[in-house]
Amino acid sequence: MEANKRFSILFITLGIMALATTVLIGVLASFVYLYPDFLKDYIPFNRLRPLHTTSAISWIILTAIGGIYYYIHSLENTYISFPKLEKAHFFIFLITGISIYFSLFFGKMGGREYLEYYPLLTIPILIGWIFFGINYFTTMLINVKKWPVYFWMWGTGILFMIYHLSEAHFWLFSSIRNDFIKDISIQWKSYGSFVGSWNLLVYGTAIYLMAKIKKDDSIGRGKEYFFFYFLGLTNLMFGWAHHTYIIPTQPWIRYVAYVVSMTEWIIFIHIVYNWKKSLKKDKMIINQMAYKFLIASDFWVFFNLMLALLMSIPSLNYFMHGTHITVAHSMGTTIGINTSILLASVSFVVSDLLKNNKLNHNKILRIGYYAFNTSLFLFLTVLIESGIFKARWILNNPNSNFGIYQEDSSFIYIFFVIAGIVLFISLITVIIPILKHLLKSLFSR
Amino acid sequence: MKNRDGNRIVLAILIVVFAIYNSIIYTKNTSASSAPLLSKKGIEGEKIWQKNNCTACHQFYGLGGYLGPDLTNLISNPIKGEEYAKAIFNSGIKSMPKFNFTTQEKNNLISFLKEVDRTGFYPNKNVKFKSNGWVSIKYK
Ligand code: HEC
Repeated sequence: MEANKRFSILFITLGIMALATTVLIGVLASFVYLYPDFLKDYIPFNRLRPLHTTSAISWIILTAIGGIYYYIHSLENTYISFPKLEKAHFFIFLITGISIYFSLFFGKMGGREYLEYYPLLTIPILIGWIFFGINYFTTMLINVKKWPVYFWMWGTGILFMIYHLSEAHFWLFSSIRNDFIKDISIQWKSYGSFVGSWNLLVYGTAIYLMAKIKKDDSIGRGKEYFFFYFLGLTNLMFGWAHHTYIIPTQPWIRYVAYVVSMTEWIIFIHIVYNWKKSLKKDKMIINQMAYKFLIASDFWVFFNLMLALLMSIPSLNYFMHGTHITVAHSMGTTIGINTSILLASVSFVVSDLLKNNKLNHNKILRIGYYAFNTSLFLFLTVLIESGIFKARWILNNPNSNFGIYQEDSSFIYIFFVIAGIVLFISLITVIIPILKHLLKSLFSR
Repeated sequence: MKNRDGNRIVLAILIVVFAIYNSIIYTKNTSASSAPLLSKKGIEGEKIWQKNNCTACHQFYGLGGYLGPDLTNLISNPIKGEEYAKAIFNSGIKSMPKFNFTTQEKNNLISFLKEVDRTGFYPNKNVKFKSNGWVSIKYK
């Protein structure tokens, strides 16, 4: 492997390891739903859960970053402006990542959902992102006039990530912290947009890969692509309050979110319309694992956008909010969409590194691919079912005790744990062949 | 070429609107409830809440982990309330870790929960469904 690719592959390898950690801790944590005392004296759920979610976010972010560095190095015929900054970026993320695990493991927490680690650790993360941004823009900006949509998505993804990661810490200012409703609103504003930012990186990668796999430079160019890019960006900026319809904020904030969220129907209809067009395929392309994962992600976009759109209608949100349907949505997007696209990216990178078709013919990976999609479907079905159960239970038993609800729903938890284990096994099946090739290429000169 | 400039103009407009929108959200009154700001004791309680990552299992307004119950209106719940909550904190009930809070810490936690309770209702039972899909919620 060429030396200049080394750090991009390290980012991706670390990302894949984070994915393995995510699913492992996820399975362990799910046992607590069945056995409340499970691991309680060693590592209670309030530490397990953030270890799980932090690993999931790390998988998405590290792999998206690694992919972008790799593509700039290997396919775009450019030299990155500051290779040393890339190196520094990697080590900053590595060391901060390890510190975050320690901080959570030993219970030194910031205790804000999704960013539960010790808040000071955000500073090195921000520095890493700034290094990434400097490298990205100084390398790519010369050609900005010819940028296809994915370069815009990556660029704005980096900038918005820096902004919203900072915004997620505004609670440290007492003027915000003292006002509980403002605080919780900004918290969810930042998370909505934070996820939107990594989606810019990940969806940008999907379009990029499609263009490369089909060897069609028109993909990612033209009015239609930019229309959807700006629509997505508008949703990232103004759509977040659909997470907080039930919080007593000024109604105009929620109304704006409702109207903006409904524009996503255009995306939804567009996907369905495009499916009919894209049925004809070239055999060479279909056989590539990267392509397979991209097609799977298409289905998961359809599934999750449908769910998200329904949840963004306040009168339906009223019943779905606070139930496991929201978990189905977040797992559906992070696993179904983000993970599929990133696995496509990693498969593409590995095939490019190997310069052969070995990975595309790997039987275990193929079995894993089908098992992964099937088990994910099962998993999400159980979550939706459990959400419906909770919504109905709350309506029928307004004053009853939570403990009774727990007992009543224990039969669903059994399915939840089983589906989680199957999903875990299938993802590990996908990860092993990929990780093997990554490690091999890292250690070969 | 024109089209490319168009893209940059659209992006610039979006960013300007976003900046104005953000400054309103950050600085103006975003809350529709008449609850006062958190007190010093309430903030101390919130710090304990965060240090122990209670949000991993509990929710306010339905936001948080689902392993435990929502606590938005725990204090004003006639069946539960302050004394009940105090009894639970160090109980280690079910999956909840066994905490060792001092009386002072428990009081601070109660202040926090009490002040959160004042901000609104969850679940919000007195809502009005509108034909355009909107839901008007009741405020405290
Ligand atoms: C590992 C999960 C977990 C964590 C962390 C946790 N709890 Fe709990 N908590 C529970 C569960 C489960 C129950 C419900 C027990 C039952 O009724 O069977 C509960 C119940 C409660 C109740 C009673 C609520 C009611 O409606 O009956 C209060 C109050 C409470 N917890 C406060 C806290 C506080 C404060 C913290 C943080 C310092 C905390 N909990 C952390 C799991 C947790």
